[in-house]
Amino acid sequence: MLLLLFPCFISFAQQLPAFLIPPTEFKAFDTPNDAGETVSLTWTTSPSDAPDVFYIIYIDKDKNGTFEKEAIRIKSNTSYRTSVPEIYGYKKGNGDYHYVQINPRKVFNGEALDKRQVYYFKLAMVAGDNKIILDTIAPASPRANWLHTKKINNFVIMIILSAIILYFIVHARRNPDVFLRKIGGLDAVDEALGRATEMGKPVLFVHGLTGMGSISTIAATSILGRIARKIADYDANLKVVNNDPIVMSVSQEVVKESYLEAGRPDAYNPDNVFLVASEQFPYVAAVSGIMTREKPAANFFVGYFYAEALILAETGATTGAIQIAGTDAYTQLPFFITTCDYTLIGEELYAASAYLSREPMLMGTLRAQDVGKGFLIIVLLLGTILASFGFEYITHLFDAF
Amino acid sequence: MPFTSHSFGIILGAGLTLAIYSFLYQDNPAFKIAENLYVGVSLGYTIIITWFNFLKPDLYDPLIVPVFSKAATKEPQYALLIPSLLGIFMLLRFSKSLSWLSRWTFAFVVGLGAGISIPRVISAFILQQIKPSLQPVFSGSETIFSSIDTLLILLGVISVLIYFIFSVEHKGAIGKLSKIGIWFLMISFGASFGYTVMARVSLLIGRIQFLLKDWLGILQ
Repeated sequence: MLLLLFPCFISFAQQLPAFLIPPTEFKAFDTPNDAGETVSLTWTTSPSDAPDVFYIIYIDKDKNGTFEKEAIRIKSNTSYRTSVPEIYGYKKGNGDYHYVQINPRKVFNGEALDKRQVYYFKLAMVAGDNKIILDTIAPASPRANWLHTKKINNFVIMIILSAIILYFIVHARRNPDVFLRKIGGLDAVDEALGRATEMGKPVLFVHGLTGMGSISTIAATSILGRIARKIADYDANLKVVNNDPIVMSVSQEVVKESYLEAGRPDAYNPDNVFLVASEQFPYVAAVSGIMTREKPAANFFVGYFYAEALILAETGATTGAIQIAGTDAYTQLPFFITTCDYTLIGEELYAASAYLSREPMLMGTLRAQDVGKGFLIIVLLLGTILASFGFEYITHLFDAF
Repeated sequence: MPFTSHSFGIILGAGLTLAIYSFLYQDNPAFKIAENLYVGVSLGYTIIITWFNFLKPDLYDPLIVPVFSKAATKEPQYALLIPSLLGIFMLLRFSKSLSWLSRWTFAFVVGLGAGISIPRVISAFILQQIKPSLQPVFSGSETIFSSIDTLLILLGVISVLIYFIFSVEHKGAIGKLSKIGIWFLMISFGASFGYTVMARVSLLIGRIQFLLKDWLGILQ
């Protein structure tokens, strides 16, 4: 009997789209935490969901409109709430709901639209020639949000780290004898400057390629200030090459300040802090030329470098200069390590200015960063142990949206 | 090869390539010519790019044209006067009495840079690094190798973090973990070195192909 009925079952399955089961809970709402570009739509999954069954969402500016404009078409076995944890979190039931985002301005491309326009949506389910349209009309209007509430973890980390930094700055001012471990490259700075003074040759400070918006450039100018101060004391000659006009201007100010601090404003020459070229490889060619012609006694490569790192450091090495590099450019560090006498790796670059100046503010900052790292180590250990036992709460606290 | 502008370009390119490579032997007049030409051309190129990509679309078209042209259809964007003034302050560095105004621009640029960088740095260097490290060591469906992999990553991250702690003396357990951190760093640098050298060799191959194929025609 079953064998006789089996072909009937196959026939029924092939005609399944004729019995499409419509989804429910069709809703539209303004996408939270965006710039007011999109609206979000969600509805339940249907037992009829299959690769050859599609959902179509129609959009209209009028509630009683014709709903002929197709806003989006998706396969019914795709697009779930699980893809947007920033809206629905990590609930187990997220896989039971579909979710899409629609940018109405793109759909009505070229049409003049009011910012407060309310859009109306209808959901249809299609399989081959069969189509069912839900009666529900879901309205929504995209609105811009002032705050991205899901970035609260970023904000909290910033506040906690800022509080720790402030605390340790105050602490370092009261007790300036903060221990700092030896950093080889920085101990060599005095040696390099002393050598330049004895030889009567210049010290060349080479900036990286990034502008003042880059943290490595800010750290580089801070180190430049310390080096310039020592050079002013030693009465040596400092040359600073730049490839960004703003970095050059900031460097001029920093070097000038250092000479003033050292009580030698007359020794400052603004022409020694100059722009070489604003493009990468002309900068390399020109700096290489300066190195071979002026043969500086010491070269400092500090900042963020790209492909020019090896060429510059190799050229400097052939001139016999003491070379000290400091960069957080991960891909260029190997080249500096192989061609320079000392290399400040990654965060050592940021620690350098504190190490050189021993200023309470910088020392306090450094101490606070160490506390921050200790905190992260604890989080890593605790989070991994908890995640191993199925508790992923700490893991989700570090979501970056 | 007939002498056309294209062939002249190839000869010039080949000549400049050889002039730049001549630096491998020592500094010489050919390299100096190529170097100065390179710097000069890049400066000219930068000026054109600055005008067409920044000044014209961001200042001249939305502010200067609507103010001075009667045929302009758009209202002038007066808000652009603020960044324009900040830009002019930069140029005041040439004036001894007014150069102090340029510090306003620097303060703005540095402050803006730091303000934009802080949330990005927290996101890129803390959140996006920590979350993938918080993996379960065992979850039942994993093999022993994936558990070892997770543990190695955890050890690597923690030991490297300890290496970058500056205010604690690297002695005892901290010292040992810090040494492990250095090993992890050096292994990753070695891998990065090899990868980049391969990329550089491919650049050299490109240049040699240009010389042998486009210029000399030896390669077909």
